[in-house]
Amino acid sequence: MGSTQESGTEGGVLTESLVVFLIISVVCVAGGLGVVFSRNVIHATFLLLVSLMGVAGIFLLLLAEFLALVQVLIYGGAITIVVLFVIMLTKSDEFESLVDNSQKPLAFLISIGLFVVMTVAAIAADNGNTVRASLKFSDLGHSLFTDWAIPFEVASLVLLVALIGAIVISKQGEEE
Amino acid sequence: MSIEELTVNYTAVVIAAIAGFGAMAIMFGASYILAPKRRSELKDMPYECGIPPSPYSWSQLHVRYYIFAILFLIFDIEAVFLFPWALIFVNAIDAVFYEMLIFIAILFFGLMYGWKKGVLQWR
Repeated sequence: MGSTQESGTEGGVLTESLVVFLIISVVCVAGGLGVVFSRNVIHATFLLLVSLMGVAGIFLLLLAEFLALVQVLIYGGAITIVVLFVIMLTKSDEFESLVDNSQKPLAFLISIGLFVVMTVAAIAADNGNTVRASLKFSDLGHSLFTDWAIPFEVASLVLLVALIGAIVISKQGEEE
Repeated sequence: MSIEELTVNYTAVVIAAIAGFGAMAIMFGASYILAPKRRSELKDMPYECGIPPSPYSWSQLHVRYYIFAILFLIFDIEAVFLFPWALIFVNAIDAVFYEMLIFIAILFFGLMYGWKKGVLQWR
């Protein structure tokens, strides 16, 4: 989260942002820890929602309103729903082994490694002079639908592939 | 948008959020304080229209319902892209308008495919 550091702005604004950032961070990290330590997968999903909403707050603090909207609508709304569906698709007796399994040490190592890499990257990154700047929604639209029109259309193809893939897989489940 | 504008725009959102969580906390808190607590095994049973609940609370859903979650996710993503598009397409070049039509048409094809395959039937 190194990009939230800033300098060169008025002291008052900096402190207010910092206070809000700290509150949001606590919510995010608490939600994340809840996901990891919760013994109930459904509770873990809702705690994940708390964490994702916190990330939306951080996006807002970075003046990235569109990303905050995406975070709330897609991650908070749809992804959480999909996760809940997937949990309900599994058999309940599979959970005993899923909550605590042999991959735990490996997962722990990878998480620590990822944390170290991201922390080092955040500290090493030279963002001393970055000033938060926002993009107007309409400018974002113009850029998305003119300069980035092809990637935008490709995105719809990717979504189509995901949809047809899901249909084919669920049809296979039907035949069994 | 500057940080001052952000503060102005989202103060209402924060107040609404605090009011919402506060109302919930008050309701839960009040029922916790006011409700008489005489627990019994019968009362702790989940209420299921008066019928004793079946032994397994966790029933496995059929994989065919997963498609509804995926459909929701995909059309949610489409809706998100509609927001910036709706702001600009009137004043932008014509291509912008048709781009979104193509985008929707591609996803609509997926929906039609699913419909044809009968995945939209709720059984």
